[in-house]
Amino acid sequence: MSARAARPSPSRRTVLAAGGITSAAAALAACSSDGGDGGSDGGGGAAAADFEERGPITLAKGKDTTGKLAEFLDTWNTEHPDEKVTLIELPESADEQRQQMLNNAQAKSDAYTVLGLDVVWTAEFAANQWVVELPKDGFPLDELIPSTVVTGTYFDKLYAVPFTTNAQLLFSRTDLLEKAGLDGPPETFEEMYAAIETLQKEDSELLGFGSQYSKYEGLTVQTASLVASAGGELFDDKGVPHADSAEAITGIQTVRDGFDKGFIPQEALTYKEEESRQAYQDGRLAFLQNWPYVWALGQAEDGSSKVNGKMVASLVPGIDGPGSSTLGGLNLGISAFAKNKGTAVDFIAFMVDAVQQKDWGLATSQAPANAGVYEDQEMLDAFPFFPQLKEAIDKGTSRPAVVNYGDVTQAVQEAAYSCFSGEKDAEPAMTELQTQLGDLAQG
Amino acid sequence: MAYLLLLPTLVLLALVVGFPLVLSAWQSLMQSGKGIDPATGLIIKGDTFVGLQNYLDAFTGAGAGAGFWNAFWNTTLFTVIGVSIETVLGVAMALIMARAMRATGLVRASILVPWAIPTVVSALMWQLIFDANGIANRLIGYQVLWTTEGWQAKAAVLIADIWKTAPYIGLLTLAGLQTIDTQVYEAAKVDGANRWQTFWRITLPLVRPVLVVAVLFRLLDAMRMFDLPYVLLGRLRSGQTLSMLATDAASKTDFGAASAYSMVLFAYICLVAFLFVKLLGADVIGEGNRPAKSRRAARRQRATSEGSLP
Repeated sequence: MSARAARPSPSRRTVLAAGGITSAAAALAACSSDGGDGGSDGGGGAAAADFEERGPITLAKGKDTTGKLAEFLDTWNTEHPDEKVTLIELPESADEQRQQMLNNAQAKSDAYTVLGLDVVWTAEFAANQWVVELPKDGFPLDELIPSTVVTGTYFDKLYAVPFTTNAQLLFSRTDLLEKAGLDGPPETFEEMYAAIETLQKEDSELLGFGSQYSKYEGLTVQTASLVASAGGELFDDKGVPHADSAEAITGIQTVRDGFDKGFIPQEALTYKEEESRQAYQDGRLAFLQNWPYVWALGQAEDGSSKVNGKMVASLVPGIDGPGSSTLGGLNLGISAFAKNKGTAVDFIAFMVDAVQQKDWGLATSQAPANAGVYEDQEMLDAFPFFPQLKEAIDKGTSRPAVVNYGDVTQAVQEAAYSCFSGEKDAEPAMTELQTQLGDLAQG
Repeated sequence: MAYLLLLPTLVLLALVVGFPLVLSAWQSLMQSGKGIDPATGLIIKGDTFVGLQNYLDAFTGAGAGAGFWNAFWNTTLFTVIGVSIETVLGVAMALIMARAMRATGLVRASILVPWAIPTVVSALMWQLIFDANGIANRLIGYQVLWTTEGWQAKAAVLIADIWKTAPYIGLLTLAGLQTIDTQVYEAAKVDGANRWQTFWRITLPLVRPVLVVAVLFRLLDAMRMFDLPYVLLGRLRSGQTLSMLATDAASKTDFGAASAYSMVLFAYICLVAFLFVKLLGADVIGEGNRPAKSRRAARRQRATSEGSLP
């Protein structure tokens, strides 16, 4: 047996082969990076999109469990046989939907034409030029609620048209309001805390007020709402942050006081929408601030809800009067890499038309963006809290319309969470947030 | 000729492993367009070569790299404490499974069930258990807010992780235990060894090669942990690991930082694996029967084949 055959160390040939392959890979990598992203091309205005092209398009939107969307598409497709719309269903979670649209944009694929954008993505998608500027005269914008059109605007240009909107409401219980001696739902936090104090004297197990204070997007919703209710704003129109203003600190301090005095339970720090709804529905929570979807579930007669028939909805509590809720909802934009943008514009106009909006509202109980629908008697019969909802949307506030929304929302969540959990006081938390937002606004 | 036959595999490895690695390393040296044109609000595109700036930001905690040391500490904590407890529990489970008893099959199957459940499913299940009004708090009798910031969040992740992966070590150790000759135990009994001495001086050294490999695999897995804390805790800093940090950066389209975190995690894992193989002699590629290269390795070899430490 020769010594050479038994030697386990790699031969020169293997080493050379391995080295060659690695360097080839490195060269390939270096070439592709340079070629793909080199050179800036977004500095000046992007070329105006071609809105004359017509033909088949696709709609990329999250799951619709009611089947109404399929009906809309059938109506459109029958009327426009040469410009059919195909639905591409995206995952249920908003983060997953954004990831899919991001991948689509990075690949510059024309697979998605009309995108179902969450209201907070407008600035990011617009600045990255993943969606095109839309012609304002292509849509019945004067029929839509003005605060919702703002959510689709960036730098005074329209990038997305509101399809549905959403605002939070305060849900109280008629029996508890009677016990506390109130004529109607409380309008300010002070009133509500006083009512909770009275109620907790009789029933020490009662949990008081609950909302979504877990560390996720819902916390940003709450923070923006509190700051706006106190009369402040996280960012002004020019993108300058004002997180350390006296109003913002007052807003945050109000909820912190609730935690300190036991009017808001400690377990509210683990609440997302479902946990808070469950606590309210089980009768453990007296007042709930949440999205209107809890109405149908809370009023269910099948025994799953202990509060059915005792629910009443009103505007969210504020500091000096009723507060301002944060807006939710869905906007429709057009992908920059798609074909047939002309058809897409007409399709979006179709979706926000009063007829479709009313149909959608009745089927899904989501708040339509079209203002006229709120006067319709059928809608008012189906959803008794609609007038309050319309008022909440009119007075609603948007979350920061910034390009690096992911970073901003995380900073806001850190600050709010540290204050509500008692780790920091309101003033130092908001001052630190102001510094961070200042850094992010420049970046 | 032999090397020519190996070439297809080498090419495949280079393509699937080498290429993304090099691409990642290259990406970590760049930062994507950050400036916004003040007139139009559009981002000025293009990657700029910044050298090691992403790494510096991570290590100094500046700007985008703020969460790095927290994630590093969490990863290390989950790995060290998690794997230690898992090993002890796993070996205990293996000893139980190795006994011949009634319903052996049932006992073995029920011990292995946690490992069989997909991690995401078990994380959702533990989320329900650790709910503020969930079973865990009912059993303890005190409302611990498991999913809020603090040590209880880390404890929640550790409990869920240990529950899930101790059976894995148990399974591999069981395989090792079954190769031990019963005559060795009989000889020990004749010599008057009690149960603890039998375990410590006979079972453990004989099962050690297998156990060390199992622990090494678990270490590598634990360092890459992502799905469990992500589903159980979401955004909490108390539970954020390096993988989660990289994914977070990538979702904010900060690919340079994400690649930098991934490269650091890669280097960390390589270091740990290397140390493990060198110091503890993890026999990953079956070199056990070759003549040892050093005196220390020779001593280890004698230990495993003769069944007693000199």
